[in-house]
Amino acid sequence: MESILIPLMGGLADALQPVNLTMLIIGCLIGLFVGAMPGLGSVNGVAILLPVTFLVPPDAAIIFLAAVYYGAMYGGAVSSITLGIPGSSTAVATVFDGRPMAQAGRADQALLTAAIASFIGGTISVVLFTLFAPPLAAFALKFGPAEEFALMMLAFATFVGLGGDDIAKTITSIVVGLVLATVGLDIISGKPRLIFFDLPGFFHGVNFLVLAIGIYGIGEMLWTLEQTKGDVQVHRVRAGWQSIREHLGRIKEYLVPASLSSLLGYFVGILPAAGATPGSLMAYGMTKALSKDPDSFGKGNIRGVAAPEAANNAASTGSMLPMITLGIPGSPTTAILLGGMIIWGLRPGPLLFTEHPDFVWGLVGSLYFANLASVLFNIALIPVFVRVLTLKFTILAPVIFVLCIVGGYAPTQTLHDIWLMLLFGVAGYLLRKLDYPVAPAVLAIVLGPLAEQSLRQSLLSSQGDPFIFFGRPLSGTFMAVAALLFVYPFVARWWRTRRAGNGAVPAHGGESQG
Amino acid sequence: MTVRTAEFTAAILLSLAALGLMWKSTDGLSIGWVSGAGPGSGFWPFWLSFVMLLSSLATLARCFFGATPQSRSTEQFMDRETVQIVGTTVAALFFLILGSSYFGLYVSLIAFLFFYLRILGGHSWGVSVGLTLFIPIFVFFFFEYLMTIPLPKGITQPLFYPIYQLIY
Repeated sequence: MESILIPLMGGLADALQPVNLTMLIIGCLIGLFVGAMPGLGSVNGVAILLPVTFLVPPDAAIIFLAAVYYGAMYGGAVSSITLGIPGSSTAVATVFDGRPMAQAGRADQALLTAAIASFIGGTISVVLFTLFAPPLAAFALKFGPAEEFALMMLAFATFVGLGGDDIAKTITSIVVGLVLATVGLDIISGKPRLIFFDLPGFFHGVNFLVLAIGIYGIGEMLWTLEQTKGDVQVHRVRAGWQSIREHLGRIKEYLVPASLSSLLGYFVGILPAAGATPGSLMAYGMTKALSKDPDSFGKGNIRGVAAPEAANNAASTGSMLPMITLGIPGSPTTAILLGGMIIWGLRPGPLLFTEHPDFVWGLVGSLYFANLASVLFNIALIPVFVRVLTLKFTILAPVIFVLCIVGGYAPTQTLHDIWLMLLFGVAGYLLRKLDYPVAPAVLAIVLGPLAEQSLRQSLLSSQGDPFIFFGRPLSGTFMAVAALLFVYPFVARWWRTRRAGNGAVPAHGGESQG
Repeated sequence: MTVRTAEFTAAILLSLAALGLMWKSTDGLSIGWVSGAGPGSGFWPFWLSFVMLLSSLATLARCFFGATPQSRSTEQFMDRETVQIVGTTVAALFFLILGSSYFGLYVSLIAFLFFYLRILGGHSWGVSVGLTLFIPIFVFFFFEYLMTIPLPKGITQPLFYPIYQLIY
């Protein structure tokens, strides 16, 4: 216990340093705003803003981005409740009961519930994160290249087994990301690879940010432009001291379901393919199933707002656990954070705890404060956010595009990358319309170089014998679980068709985000 | 174009891309075992592209048998309104990047923002001109001054010399 408490205190003190605290507050505010805008979620905010953080040292940069991530999870509920449009995919389940509450004139109570439930989710998950991370990192120190490779296969397998998207399309997406990661000079032999059309711009490889900003910046904006052609209807919100006082008495109504949802969300969030969107939907379903009057859900039940909001915040913290301890991101957003850490010269994974303890514990400490700052800002700024949501999308869109273009140019300073980014954005948008999941590609391009390196190292040490991945106990287990996940959807479908004949409706998961 | 046609086209294009990638992976690279160095440089991209080929062909087969929801849909892939707004946006971005390499980013930004806000968005003159001027100035201050990242200026490069002398 002491081995956790002492560095945690150090981390909390670190997070309170002026630079870090400033970045944390700015990050929370931007995150709340980004989350509240329909069509923009944590992943978009983090992708677009990552280049901007080269201005400050890595510790402050990751604190800023983690705060954006956190704030966006809080902000997502604002447009779910006041507009009836989820602010990001992670807040989809919040619409179910948040919208009816707003229609009944109780938007203030719904918004306060979302904020407090998010705080519950955030707090429970940060404490779990603090307790789980050091032992997991210590365990992961035993991993060799074979285990690393097997673990990455496991991460990709979760997309196939649990992602809920078309399997062939998911695999295509993963492989496209991995192939793009191989472009450029081969690290081991130094030979140039996949230099398309002999363009010199491909020699430095395809930066993961080019793909991430292309898909989550440009592609997402095109997607949102298509979706928001219609008018949006904002609900009137009266919020003041009185509604806060009224709300304090109601917290006990949802304290238990919110806490249970936090636990569920946290563990779902750890899985790479799952994350905040399915986590919040599962929490909603669980709370409804455990409730005494399930019929009141969907008609403005306060627990129906609390459960998904607690779960999506918990999931966002959960997805940081494998990123920090194993170097495997638990969500697209953490994949981008991981890519950022590689740019800053930090190798995420078990060694991070021993080599850069200040960085890790500073981040952990900042999560506590980011959680607190987000809930306070969220409640204080409810009137402002409601005003901002009436802004026309044709003002926001060009500003985001400019940030994408300039931000995409900053890391490598070549126009080649900007052209590529536009290409990825348009291709990603078109493929997304055909239900190709895009998140696996972003995860794959970040993990690609590490996956190839560990594969080649393992094969070299085993003289080309692929059984190295199956013979060692740990990597063998990972590979076996990965294989099970690959087979699972086929078995599940076979089972469904056998049982239900032709009346079965296939379950569809959302695009995992957050 | 219907969704069904789009689904077919995408699967065919991805299969062709996978074949191209497989060919490109063998281009001067070894895809097999190099003694003493382990798997060759082309090994990983080649087999990945092969998996991509298989998965795209699987999608193609599934379209053919109508197994994906998209391959049964005869709706328009993009309706008129979508083509207009998304198409215009993509074209505007295209000219923004193209313009950046000739006239510099700042001139292109001004043109892009004015087009988007005033002509496409139909916002008031005050909002349009205000943002059109404010955003490039903010970008200059943030990226060139604070982060010292020179953005492309093309033929407008000489115009910036006096400003550089002022701030550096």
